[in-house]
Amino acid sequence: MQLSREALLQAYRRMKIIREFEERLHNEIATGEIAGFTHLYGGQEAVAVGVCEHLDNDDKIVSTHRGHGHCLAKGCEVEGMMKEIWGSSEGLCKGKGGSMHIADVDQGMLGANGIVGAGAPIAVGAALAAKLDGKGKVAITFSGDGACNQGTTFEAMNLAVVTKAPCIFLFENNHYSEHTGFRYAVGTKDDIASRAEAFGMKVWRGDGTDFFDVFDTMREVLDYVRAGNGPAAVEFDTERFFGHFEGDPQRYRGKGELERIRKERDCLTKFRESVTGASLLEASELDAIDQEVLDQIDNSVDAARSAARPTADDVTTDVYVAY
Amino acid sequence: MTKMMYRDAIRSTIFEAMEQDDSVVVLGEDVVGGMGTDGGPEAIGGIWSTSTGFYDAFGADRVIDTPISESAIVGAAGGLALAGKRPVAELMFADFIGVSLDQIWNQIAKFRYMFGGKSTCPAIIRMAYGAGFNAGAQHSQSVHHILASMPGLKVVMPATPADARGLLREALRGQDPVIFMEHKMLYGMEGEVPDGDYTVPFGHARLARAGDDVTLVATGLMVSRCEQVADKLAEEGIGCDVLDLRTVSPMDEEAILDSVEQTGRLVVVDEAPPRCNLATDVSAIVAQKAFASLKAPIEMVSAPHSPVPFALELEQAYLPSVDRIEQAVRKVTGWQ
Ligand SMILES: Cc1ncc(C[n+]2csc(CCOP(=O)(O)OP(=O)(O)O)c2C)c(N)n1
Repeated sequence: MQLSREALLQAYRRMKIIREFEERLHNEIATGEIAGFTHLYGGQEAVAVGVCEHLDNDDKIVSTHRGHGHCLAKGCEVEGMMKEIWGSSEGLCKGKGGSMHIADVDQGMLGANGIVGAGAPIAVGAALAAKLDGKGKVAITFSGDGACNQGTTFEAMNLAVVTKAPCIFLFENNHYSEHTGFRYAVGTKDDIASRAEAFGMKVWRGDGTDFFDVFDTMREVLDYVRAGNGPAAVEFDTERFFGHFEGDPQRYRGKGELERIRKERDCLTKFRESVTGASLLEASELDAIDQEVLDQIDNSVDAARSAARPTADDVTTDVYVAY
Repeated sequence: MTKMMYRDAIRSTIFEAMEQDDSVVVLGEDVVGGMGTDGGPEAIGGIWSTSTGFYDAFGADRVIDTPISESAIVGAAGGLALAGKRPVAELMFADFIGVSLDQIWNQIAKFRYMFGGKSTCPAIIRMAYGAGFNAGAQHSQSVHHILASMPGLKVVMPATPADARGLLREALRGQDPVIFMEHKMLYGMEGEVPDGDYTVPFGHARLARAGDDVTLVATGLMVSRCEQVADKLAEEGIGCDVLDLRTVSPMDEEAILDSVEQTGRLVVVDEAPPRCNLATDVSAIVAQKAFASLKAPIEMVSAPHSPVPFALELEQAYLPSVDRIEQAVRKVTGWQ
């Protein structure tokens, strides 16, 4: 934990933004105002932020259908994202993409993805580009425990090993893929990382509900990959506070499970406890951030509500650069 | 006759087939739902509620919940079928054919032909297709035209609960691989379904509305939009033959040609983008084989040449609307 005060405040703020973004969407979606499929990331904030705090715009990430947290951690604008989810033409992707396809290539955010397992090969490509550029940059693909069963993931891992691509296969194990448990769907039963090991990669494991564990682990992983050792894999054990998608009644959860993970495995609470416990930050400073973030999210929702709507003419724009 | 929803027609048909025939096996992601969780199996029963209760009734050997692995699902369905079983695989969203394309296109579609006709592959691959839920570019596509272009596959697109049942029963009795495409917007549709041993043969269009002035050809969700137009224009004395193709491979050319020979006008409505889609295919057949009957140029109403957009307004503009279909009909009936 050798982070400066500023770095700690920033990490907390970023995690809090993701949490409030998702809590707010959860409520707005329930009112029926937002259309489409939305998969919330709440609970997993420490992973996105603990990873992305190490990256700059030239490091690339590829995300999943559960992409809001990765986007926000990588620097995508809160308001632009909110507008996108509302389907506004002022949204980050002009209302064309929606929740599942948010991207901002300038920030090194190469897209959320509606196809499970599609991200890994794309990240290998971005990593190969980084290798060609020779500036020590990396590409990271975020995958769930479910995505690790796709052939694309295996093929990408092997290609990365063979080409020594500076690619990090990051598995967020939240124990569920849709409504199916990890312990059923993954043949290795208690982890994913050992699969990556079998492809010849060095692997790390960490507690995805503990920001400091994620942050420190990622420092090691990144040092290793940036040094030209080829790809690596890392698995973080984490929790998904919401349903698979908004509207999911979560009948597959155990009794009291949601209450328990919110109480015992909340990365924001844990962060608070460790920084205040070690007298690194005051509770009042964190409370102030909470309030600022709430206001920011409120404002972004207001902005999204009143933002311009796309028109029929927009349907066929941006299919090609020129045709 | 029994009134039921499209989704229930599908569920009950597969359930009965499983009761009657031990070789029928269901597989797919979350078809059981809840495997490996504290909530336990059957917590979900299929994303589209089309396999609720199956696991409890038939057990894990016949109701196979799979990891997220579309290539494995389709390929395993092919292997099960080659080995004498009748798999009914679920791909969840039609868009996911992309992940499993080799297994669909180079494997199950071609086995029989490549093996000199000595084998059969009666695998059914079910998938939900179509726009209307603001699910964006990777969860909303209509891919029937792509699959119909692949020799060896039969491509089925029920537009009503009755057809969902009849066509699925036919698929379960046939010997070929069948792509069974269920429109997401139709799952909740209610309709009368004939009782008893009712099947609908492939390659026979259904005349959903009869009229003398123009032939409308459509599938899936687009059928009801054509019916709306037909009902409206009937009040003005414009008669529409609305042909629901039901299967696009094989396709009922005869019904299309017969109708156009009688009406002299054709409007084809297709939810897919316009290049090389079903509308271009039907139009080409009519232009080639019924040219002399045509009193007006053919009209095609398709989605634009773009991925499916997310925003409400954009998706509405994307899907062929009742208005656009009506305009097309007016254009051909008013043409001179
Ligand atoms: C190719 C493909 N297959 C299936 C789906 C449907 N689907 C969306 S998310 C999901 C579960 C993903 O689970 P996991 O990788 O563990 O990520 P998590 O949802 O836990 O973040 C599934 C099966 C999809 N979008 N794409």
